[in-house]
Amino acid sequence: MTMLKMDRRSFVIGSATVGAGLALGLKIPFGPDVVRAEDGSPEVNAWVVIRPDDTVVIRVARSEMGQGTITGLAQMVAEELECDWSKVTTEYPTPGQSVKRKRVWGDFSTGGSRGIRTSHEYVRKGGATARVMLVQAAADQWKVPASECTVANSVITHKPSGRTTTYGKVAEAAAKITPPANVALKDPKEWKLIGKSVKRLDTLPKVTGAQVYGADLKLPGMLTAAIKDCPVFGGKVQSFEAAKVSGMPGVKHVLKVGESAVTVVADTWWQAKVALDALPIVWDEGPNAKVSSADIAKMLEAGLTADQAFVGNSNGDVKAGLASAAKKIEATYAYPFQNHAPMEPMNATAKYTPDKCEVWVPTQNGEAAFAATTAASGLPADKCEVYKINLGGGFGRRGAFHDYVTQAVLIAKQIPGTPVKLLWSREEDMMHGKYHPVMQAKLTGGLDASGNLTALQFRLSGQSIIAAVFPQNLQNGRDFLTFQGLHPSGDFGFGYTVPNLMIDHAMRNTHVPPGFWRGVNINQNAIFLECFMDELALAAGQDPLAFRRKLMANHPKHLAVLNAVADRVGWGKPAPQGVHRGLAQMMSFGSYVAACAEVSVTGGDKIKVQRIVAAIDTGYTVNPAQVERQMAGSFVYGLSALFMEECTVKNGRIEQTNFPAYDSMRIAQMPKVEAIVMPSGGFWGGVGEPTICVAAPAVLNAYAAATGKRVRTFPLKNHGITLV
Amino acid sequence: MRLTVNGKSHEVNVDPATPLLWAIREHVGLTGTKYGCGVKVCGACTVHLDGKPVRSCVIPSSAAVGRQVTTIEGLAAGGALHKVQKAWVDNEVPQCGYCQSGMIMAVAALLKDKPKPTDADIDATITNICRCGTFQQVREAIHAAAKA
Repeated sequence: MTMLKMDRRSFVIGSATVGAGLALGLKIPFGPDVVRAEDGSPEVNAWVVIRPDDTVVIRVARSEMGQGTITGLAQMVAEELECDWSKVTTEYPTPGQSVKRKRVWGDFSTGGSRGIRTSHEYVRKGGATARVMLVQAAADQWKVPASECTVANSVITHKPSGRTTTYGKVAEAAAKITPPANVALKDPKEWKLIGKSVKRLDTLPKVTGAQVYGADLKLPGMLTAAIKDCPVFGGKVQSFEAAKVSGMPGVKHVLKVGESAVTVVADTWWQAKVALDALPIVWDEGPNAKVSSADIAKMLEAGLTADQAFVGNSNGDVKAGLASAAKKIEATYAYPFQNHAPMEPMNATAKYTPDKCEVWVPTQNGEAAFAATTAASGLPADKCEVYKINLGGGFGRRGAFHDYVTQAVLIAKQIPGTPVKLLWSREEDMMHGKYHPVMQAKLTGGLDASGNLTALQFRLSGQSIIAAVFPQNLQNGRDFLTFQGLHPSGDFGFGYTVPNLMIDHAMRNTHVPPGFWRGVNINQNAIFLECFMDELALAAGQDPLAFRRKLMANHPKHLAVLNAVADRVGWGKPAPQGVHRGLAQMMSFGSYVAACAEVSVTGGDKIKVQRIVAAIDTGYTVNPAQVERQMAGSFVYGLSALFMEECTVKNGRIEQTNFPAYDSMRIAQMPKVEAIVMPSGGFWGGVGEPTICVAAPAVLNAYAAATGKRVRTFPLKNHGITLV
Repeated sequence: MRLTVNGKSHEVNVDPATPLLWAIREHVGLTGTKYGCGVKVCGACTVHLDGKPVRSCVIPSSAAVGRQVTTIEGLAAGGALHKVQKAWVDNEVPQCGYCQSGMIMAVAALLKDKPKPTDADIDATITNICRCGTFQQVREAIHAAAKA
């Protein structure tokens, strides 16, 4: 039922004066023109189009990649709109229209679990404003005060006279009404749709094969392209012998792409791939051709004791605190590079003429894809357009980075007028990721004579994503994002009070490009912190839950989710025979999360994760059933990473080129996940990423409880430990 | 060569060595069957060949000549969803959905073979990769489909 249209004509503005149209909050000097969707239906405002048959089309700027955001955002608009939910459908506005309409839909970026938590207010206002306009239009027709009208399920009623009408009938008139400036939003207590597990809007086409992903796109006259970028990051193309493959079946073009890549463009992708594999290419591998994982590890190791480091969180005097401790505990951890490996490899389709550059792409950020399109095409913004296609997974790979868009446009520029679909092979995808950054940590804890944690020194050493991707966002060189979950306060607030604390980061960047990988830095920070908490509790001879609780008195929301999982599993009571438990908690992307893992271990190295009980407090929850699915799904991604996933570097390049060298959990390995969704109200936390970070430390702590072994480097396969 | 896909015969001009996956996607024009790895690991390309599940990314097209190929588009008979698809909708299994065509085809084959699969049967048979992590719903939906 959802219409995420991919056709370039799916969103055509009918008015020539769109910029001055019904964009919320804009003054309209001469009375508004009606802005129309392609089918002629009027926009009540930028968020809401209503068709004569009462169908409500809700515009969603964020990208659906499986996390349920189009359903959740539509619920929020519909809540305030008071429309008939069974007649709701959604569509994406295009980035080009966003530019023309002064970003009326706000941010398109779908990362950082921001879909709902940073747009909840303006999307609800969009719905509320439209409702007021629709009611006003009905009241005007009846020549009665709007205050005498009520509305429910898209039906407007004038109580005194008993007259009724529907949204579809008054939408045209409503579109001409000047939007009211300040419309009050409902009290959360009045919500009927927000907080309800309504069904997703986008399920059916995903079970019939009908859903079109970027890789599936077909355009008239389209050619397809396979590509190889220099396997060593930072290298270039030296030469290639096009003549050797240009006569192969279907091959149309053999082209250089930028400085570092070569493409074969053919009738079909398989023909392009076969020819590309046969193409002799000489690479200039550049300055990084000899770098290996061992070199990188050594560089990070040096950072663990370096004098210079950026401070992320500190209080008291950690040196004095450690010096006066009755007992000191120290541990060093290391986290590897990892690839996002979404099921759908990177792709983009581009068509270029000197007058117009169009791109069709599965993207987490339409605006960033648009920026890549304008930059690569060299055309001004008004000659570019991007059409968002369904994503076969994102996980952060398709958000800040649009290297595949740049490539597709650079190819299309060399074949003007012909649409070209560029699809990466899995091998290309594995070798040209934007990798989860590599990080080491050295933690030193001081316990007093009663086993209280009095000092914690926590040194991170490793790669900064921000330095590589958004260097303008560094704070005097510091990457604050490195400290996710360890911040003094805010959306990634540290959940413990330690009298003497120093958390800092020695930035050690590598030639391997880092990226935002579901959960980002919270993944390793949660492992470092929460495993070390268990190490400290053990050294103090205390129960891990009791040890944490003593440090959490000032962090009641962190504590509440931890208590919730402890209560659910019956922490403190004996576990079933052979089952061992481990805990973890964190604050992540504005939500409070905790998990208790129950594992059994056979032969010392085969871990069966029997059950994970996990809790999340998102403040307000829009769709609990989808939150539960995100929690369970995040554990698959997080535990696959913990047990199986590492990208190692040899001769400057990534060694793992496909599954299963880079493996992922299967259904047989899936633990039973029990989700506790416990919104406490008053704030908006994220959903897609927060819980991923607690699975790994909870399992590691349970494994340590079962075996007495503490593993500090990852993935676990490197220790012969497997997930069964 | 001629390929019979979802009961319909197609004349396709394709090199015999071309994997069946790409013949289906690029010559027959059905894109519900997905490319994930190309090395028969992830299962996104699963189709039925004479009713048996196969990973079409490593089967040469020539091997499908004279045999019945069924893709996700051919699973629903007469416009009604297959019971696995129905269970998938009812349990809201898909997240991004990209792997689900292959997952559903693998499950449909399992249920034909074992109408009431145990969890152990599921674990042994369903080896498709899902990066979104829908496995909990997949398992529930398999049992629901088995009861349907």
